[in-house]
Amino acid sequence: MHVVIVDYGMGNLGSIFRAVSECGSHTVTISDNPGEIVSSDKLILPGVGAFAEGIKNLRDTGLDTLIAKQVLEEHKPLLGICLGMQLLATWGNEGGKIQGLDIISGEVKQLVPHSPEERIPHIGWNEVHAVRDTVLLQDIEQNSDFYFVHSYHFLPGNNADIIAVTPYCGSFVAALNHGSAWGVQFHPEKSSILGFKVLRNFLEMPGE
Amino acid sequence: MLKYRVIPTLLWKNVGLVKGISFDSWRRVGPVLPAIKVYNLRHVDEIILVDITATSEKREPDYEAVAEFTAECFIPITIGGGIGSIKHITNLLRAGADKVAINSCIFDNPTIVSEASSRFGSQCIVASIDVRKRPDGTYECYKNSGTIPTGQEVVSWARSVEASGAGEILLTSIEKDGTMSGYDLDLIRLVRDAIKIPVIASGGAGNYQHMYEAISAGGASAVAAASIFHFTEQTPIEAKKYLAGKGVPVRLAHSFLPGTSD
Repeated sequence: MHVVIVDYGMGNLGSIFRAVSECGSHTVTISDNPGEIVSSDKLILPGVGAFAEGIKNLRDTGLDTLIAKQVLEEHKPLLGICLGMQLLATWGNEGGKIQGLDIISGEVKQLVPHSPEERIPHIGWNEVHAVRDTVLLQDIEQNSDFYFVHSYHFLPGNNADIIAVTPYCGSFVAALNHGSAWGVQFHPEKSSILGFKVLRNFLEMPGE
Repeated sequence: MLKYRVIPTLLWKNVGLVKGISFDSWRRVGPVLPAIKVYNLRHVDEIILVDITATSEKREPDYEAVAEFTAECFIPITIGGGIGSIKHITNLLRAGADKVAINSCIFDNPTIVSEASSRFGSQCIVASIDVRKRPDGTYECYKNSGTIPTGQEVVSWARSVEASGAGEILLTSIEKDGTMSGYDLDLIRLVRDAIKIPVIASGGAGNYQHMYEAISAGGASAVAAASIFHFTEQTPIEAKKYLAGKGVPVRLAHSFLPGTSD
């Protein structure tokens, strides 16, 4: 199986590459090559950074329509991580209201603290509470801690797309699924053993 | 609930790790890579690694070394030292840093924080602030590893870097650094109350009770420490067990997982 980590110039691709490589005998490449993205079995959309910059980089290279087609028409499994998950939304608001990839209906907005104790960015380890059973989070104990570092969160258009939430700023979406598109707000590549489990679950889930 | 973090700080000078007292009297404490590997195996919450001579030697960060250090690090790592431009930050993030800590260059080029946060997001830009107490009780910020006073008072400086888009503040008391006599709780509280982004307390941890005080009395979101982990038998995991016993939410679950070394 061939997994492509999509390179669109945003952030730390090395750590996600090494984490996925550690997760089994898959071929893993970091690529912005359309041919390689089309021929891959699975896609990972990583990303650290601002929404506006991320979507601009995808547009400039034409990867936006390519990725959307791969997921929505070819039903290729895709895992978006942090900004990579947020870019799947219809709209973003980091750097003005901007259209996203519109792979999962929803809008990305800034977190709003519910108490003075809640600081933004949300940085550190926090619980992930699954709201339905999915292959992505299988065999992970309820309310396990994962590493987060973000100021924005994904508000899905359809609640049915939510697979896990985290209790901060009220409650925000920690993981999403719609069709073959998956997203996690936390960083599995930086969440030690349990993060590896999430990556392995994604790599081992059946494709189309 | 978001957990309070216990963060080992690694100070890197030339070929190895060092630790001093009040940013001076450096002692060698061993090579970098094995220390990072051990913390990774023990699932610490996060690591801060600072190249303490890069700025004064007018060097760029050593990206190759950083890439080597982060290669087997599956926990969050913040890299600081020698960062002077957006290009340096880009290269460090590419080399495997999750966050970067910037300090001296903000005084010389105040727009770097806003440029970096709009490009990479606030969440990966840590403003590191080193301070000394003035005779009148106020606190002054220093640059270049505590060697050059800047004339900036800490509260207004912290507010200014927050307004520019810093995502976190790493707040170090130069006087307390390496003394293991406890954090400067007044300093932590002062800065913490003035801003809304998380504050990492640094400088002075000598025991777990000090960490508890930085969180409970100081209001820190995380505690960074070096000497306590280099020179005593105390460890991050034991620190968190102590904090948990005091009712502080910390991440402990990993220690109960089968097959882990803790």
